[in-house]
Order: sequence, then structure tokens, then C-alpha cells
Amino acid sequence: MTNVLDVHDGGLMTTVLEEHAGLHVSTMPTLRIATAGSVDDGKSTLIGRLLHDTKTVFEDQLAAVHKASARYGDGEVNLALLTDGLRAEREQGITIDVAHRYFATPARSFIVADTPGHAQYTRNMVTGASNADVAIVLVDARHGVVEQTRRHAFIASLLGVHTIALAVNKMDLVDWDEGEFDSVVKDLTGFVDALPTPVEIVAFPISALLGDNVVSHSTSTPWYEGPALLEWLEQLDVATEGSGAARLDVQRVIRPQGSDYRGYAGRLAGARVAVGDAITVQPSGRTSTVVGLQRFGRDTACATPGEAITIELADDVDIARGDVLVLGNAVSTETVTGQVCWMIDRPLEPGSRWWFKHGTRVGRAIVESIEYRHDLTTLEQLPADELRMNDLAVIRLSLSEPIVAEAYVSSREGGRLILVDEATNTTAGAVMITTTS
Amino acid sequence: MSAAPQGPFGDPPFIPTHQSRHLEALADEAVTIIREVATECENPVLLFSGGKDSAVLLHLAVLAFAPARLPFPVMHVDTGHNFPEVITYRDEFVERVGARLVIASVQQSIDDGRVVEDEGPRASRNRLQSVTLLDAIAEHGFDAAFGGGRRDEDKARAKERILSFRDRFGRWDPRAQRPEPWDLLNARIRKGEHLRAFPLSNWTELDIWQYIKAESIPLPTIYFSHRRVVVPRDGMLLSVGGPVEVEPGEQPFEETVRYRTVGDASCTGAVRSTAATIDDVIVEVAAARITERGATRADDNFSESAMEDRKREGYF
Repeated sequence: MTNVLDVHDGGLMTTVLEEHAGLHVSTMPTLRIATAGSVDDGKSTLIGRLLHDTKTVFEDQLAAVHKASARYGDGEVNLALLTDGLRAEREQGITIDVAHRYFATPARSFIVADTPGHAQYTRNMVTGASNADVAIVLVDARHGVVEQTRRHAFIASLLGVHTIALAVNKMDLVDWDEGEFDSVVKDLTGFVDALPTPVEIVAFPISALLGDNVVSHSTSTPWYEGPALLEWLEQLDVATEGSGAARLDVQRVIRPQGSDYRGYAGRLAGARVAVGDAITVQPSGRTSTVVGLQRFGRDTACATPGEAITIELADDVDIARGDVLVLGNAVSTETVTGQVCWMIDRPLEPGSRWWFKHGTRVGRAIVESIEYRHDLTTLEQLPADELRMNDLAVIRLSLSEPIVAEAYVSSREGGRLILVDEATNTTAGAVMITTTS
Repeated sequence: MSAAPQGPFGDPPFIPTHQSRHLEALADEAVTIIREVATECENPVLLFSGGKDSAVLLHLAVLAFAPARLPFPVMHVDTGHNFPEVITYRDEFVERVGARLVIASVQQSIDDGRVVEDEGPRASRNRLQSVTLLDAIAEHGFDAAFGGGRRDEDKARAKERILSFRDRFGRWDPRAQRPEPWDLLNARIRKGEHLRAFPLSNWTELDIWQYIKAESIPLPTIYFSHRRVVVPRDGMLLSVGGPVEVEPGEQPFEETVRYRTVGDASCTGAVRSTAATIDDVIVEVAAARITERGATRADDNFSESAMEDRKREGYF
């Protein structure tokens, strides 16, 4: 038996310690990664490798994995048990729900959403991938691109993940053959080039088990000139400023007792906002000027996307939760078309009624039509009378309240909404808007 | 324009550290979650144990609504097995931020016959807290409870969503969690149900300490090294006195220790440490080879599913 945890030592501990003593300055923003695949692809081994080589696995966790491996497995240390945290997952040997893992190197902090790969847990994969900057899709070099690989790439593209790290794993089992690697890359690149949303593929020939090209460059692949996976992740630039206008979906109006202070609280999206900027309130269309900005209760002159801020305006405008403060032009709409991932047992049918939440606006939505359903095997567009759990489709919605909608490809914040079951209150669908009329 | 306070606690501004961008992004996320849940729910409460995570949580909650006052009360589930330093700290901190404190007492639950305490010198009240917590949530009609739980604490927590829904019996069903795409939080519940919100889900132990340093958040003194009479038990060092009595054959001794977590004194272990300042602690945490719960909580070492089992019953 090979204890994979003893194979390599990334040597990062010293640098990590130096960093925490304040000797290193990192300016890269935290990277959110979604991984998808089954245990067989080596996904959990890869995460285990990243956690181990960045010294994130603790001794008591390792001891627990050894103990659990002995109970559920055939005696080999199973790194999947590090991430499969629920009893049902350990018993069945599959990932059912998203697990979150955290690690840091001197260059950057990482949040990994480890998502299930099976088709019947697509909804959980969507949950995990929805916040990701980058997706790691694993392929077993011996088997090449399979149906599941294509489904993962498709879902990642729908969710607006611009870059997929294609980890061609188990390269040691194909003798580090460059031709095998190239054919896998060509296969998946050809597939994503045909998708409606552009996705960049960056491929790595790796062995998660042995550590090659994961943390450091491998001597087994002289023909590969790119960086190791972790090196690449450390340097990956994720744009926080989109092409859209700045928008603040108002969460709450902050009005202290006995004070004339009035601040509109929310999370800024799209672009920067600064004191002095002119804004429009949607859907009322009233205009005003930003005269004060606070973040964490402290004054600031300028805010960037992603920040939780409070905005003060020059005029006493009627603004409530659900309204949107916009910099520049934006229009409200009461009809949208979008990609939907359906997430509950109760089917979605034309004419059915749901709650919706878009930004901080809540209202009713009626399904006008199901345009088509994606066949997740062939990616054909098929007609559908109803959608069932884990289906991906395009639907058209009418809304009871106007929303400041944008296309999801240009604004994640303005281009997404959820549908909620009126009977159970559970989140029923995730919608990525394609058309705002 | 009216003047907003420069630092709600009269504190210095955010000091950029080597990880400041990462910490600020985590704080933005937490503030957004706190604002959203507090606005969608009618009667939220913030669970405050006096530990480092709940101190960060309460600090962020105050920042989220500044310059207005915290719009919900703070609740301490009091096992009665407290470190006195923590109770002193709790009262000072809650008063400083101007919050209303609700105390839910496990002793009261025992006196009322709601729970039966385990017998013997190793009895812990940690598990009993779930009943007291659920009773208090029902009594006060709370529909949302903010907790300082982090996903890096435990593998069951690693699976939990930001919003964790509890049925009328307070149970968590890990196999039927509400989908949570993006940060579009759906906090709708039926009458009688409640939710737990974990704004610090994506923080690590090290993030917590670096943020405490950056924001100068006060902590109970037991988080820093001090001399204490301890007795080794179940691989941990338990503080002698209070609920912990020396059993026959055990040899108590004085040691330089600190606490990595603050919980029920009967099952929370001290660690040998000379870390006397926040900087010392940060270096120690960065170098630690054992998780904080593994090092300090007897209750999580019973089985590999200990946390999952307790959470199903309504635990934090």
C-alpha cells in the first residue's frame, strides 16, 4: 500500500510560517475554486494533495482518515474521506453535497468547493460552482473526456466560470505520454468551443497521487512547459470589475434613532462608486448624488465591487429595500428569459407560480414557457412539458415586480435570480438571465 | 451630510496587514449575510459564548448596522460550567457594544426537569445545551440565530450551508439542505421553524486571529498563556476547580497554558503554550498540527460523527 501523504513534502511550511510572522506581502485576492468529478477521477486525491502539500491537513484529521479508511475501505488510505464529511457519504463512498476546504500559500488564500459529480446531484454542483472564479475539471488520462466531463464543463460555462483548469490526471498510468494528453485537451477544447458561453481551457498533465505538476513542475513531463497547477492558481487573475455599471441592491435603510443620518446598505457590484457620483434609483428613475460612503462603519471616499457599503445621498429620495441604486443607465423589466437549473422534486410546469428573489427584490414569478431542455448527454435542445430535479433548461418568466436585470454574462449580480417554492419555502431553481425583455 | 462615526468603537481604522485583502473580503461577505438575514427575518438573535469566533461575529454585526444600534439581542447559552474570566468578559463586551443580553441557562433546564444531567466526574453539560437553546429560541420566538460556526472546524460543518434550516423539532437534515446558489440567500421559513445563519462559514482559525489583531477586538484573558493547575484526562489538560474534580489516581500540576477554544469548562482542554500576545498566538496557530476541536474538545472525540450527530439534534 502506498501512503500518498508520505510521498512528497512541498516544503511550504517554512514559508507559510514566515508569512504569518508578517514577512510576506500578498495582494492577490482570495481565489474560489470549484472542483467536480467522481472519486474515480482522483478529485478527492487532488484536493487531499493540495491540502497536504500546503500543510493544511492536521494530524488528528489524518488519524481520523486512517481510522475511517480501515472501516470503510480495503485498507488503503482514502483521501476522499477528508472531504466526504457526512456519514452517508462515507458509507456510500460518494460525494453527495458540497464540502468547503480552505488553504493558503504565501501568495494567496484559496476556498475550494468540492462538488459532487453524479448527475443526480447536479443541483449541489450548481450551488458549489455558482460562487467559483475557476473550475477544476478532472479527467482520467486512460479514459479521456467522458459524458460527465462534458456535463461539468457545460455547467461551469452556464454559471459564468470563465476558466476551466483541465487536470488530466493519472498521467503516470499512460507513461506520461504527450500524445495522450494532447488528445484529451483537443477533445474538450473542441467541445467547449461549441458552447454558447466562451470558456478558456488551461490543461495540466498531473498525477494527483504522486504530486507531479500539482505543486511543483514534474521532471516526468519535459515536453510540458507550463506551470504546475498550484503555481497557476496562485497567479490567476480574476477580474472583480465587470463591464456592467455599478449597482447597489439596497438591503436595508439604516436610520439611527435621534439622528438625521440615512444610509442605504448593500453589496456593491459591477464597478466603483465614489463620493460625488450621480446615481439613479430604479425602478423610480429618481436621481441624486453620492455624498457619503461607509464600509465597516468607517468613512471612505471610494468603494470597489464586492464591498459591503452604506451610501448617503444628497436628496431625501424615497428608497426602500429591493430598490437598486445604479451608476449610469439601467432599465427595469418585468419579463426575463434565462437558463434554469431545477432543484426540487416538484416539477416546474408552464403556468406554475413561484416566489422570486433578484438582488434584494422579492416578488411572484409565473413561468410563461419552457423554451427547451438541455439533454445533458448530447447537449441537444429538446422540447419539454415540465422540468424535473437536476434538469437544465431555458424558461421565460413574467414577474410581479420590475427588476433591474442584466444578462448574466455581463453581470453576475444583475443577471441571476432564484425561484422559491411557495409551499415549502425551499429554493427551487437557479436562473441565469439571457434576455431581459 | 451627517457625519458617520470614524470607527464605531472609537477604534483605530482597519490596519492593512499582509492578508488584509483576504480578511476584508471575508468581512464584506459576513456583513452582507448579517444584514440580509436581519432584514429578511423578523426576530433574530446572535449567539454569543464569549469565545473568539462569537466576539468577531458580534464585532461585525455592530459594524454592519453602524451608525445605528445593533437591531437584535445577543444570547448566551450558559452551561453553568463557565470560566469566570469569560463571564466577566461577556458582560463587559456586550455592554460596550450596547447590546441587550439574553441568558439561556442549562441549570434552569435541569432544575425544570427539561434535561437530566449525566452523573459522575466526567459528566459534561455540552450536549444538554441543545435543549436549552431550542427552548430559549421557542420562548423568545426567535426565527433566526446567528452563530460563529466555521466550516474549517469539523467535517460535518464543512458541509453546512450559510443558512441552515431547522424544523419544528430543531433538527438539521444534512441530506436535504436547501440549495444555496450564489449569495442570494433565501431565509423564508414557516411558523415554528427557525434558521441558523453562519456569517463566518468561510473563515479559518487563522483568519479569525488575524482579524482580531487587525481590529483590536478584545478577548477573554484565558486565550493567552497563563499559569493554571490542570489535570491530564482523555489526552487533554482540564482546569482543576469548578466542574472538574480530581479523580483518584490523577496527579494535578501547575502548567503554562492557554485555551484555543472557550466552551463548557468540564470538557474544554487547555493547551501548553507560552503565547502571551496576539502575534505569538498567530504564529502558534499557523504552526499547529492539530485542529482546534481535536486539541481541546473531549465531546468531538467520541466518534467520527460526533458533530454531525449533535447538529442533527439541534446543536449550534
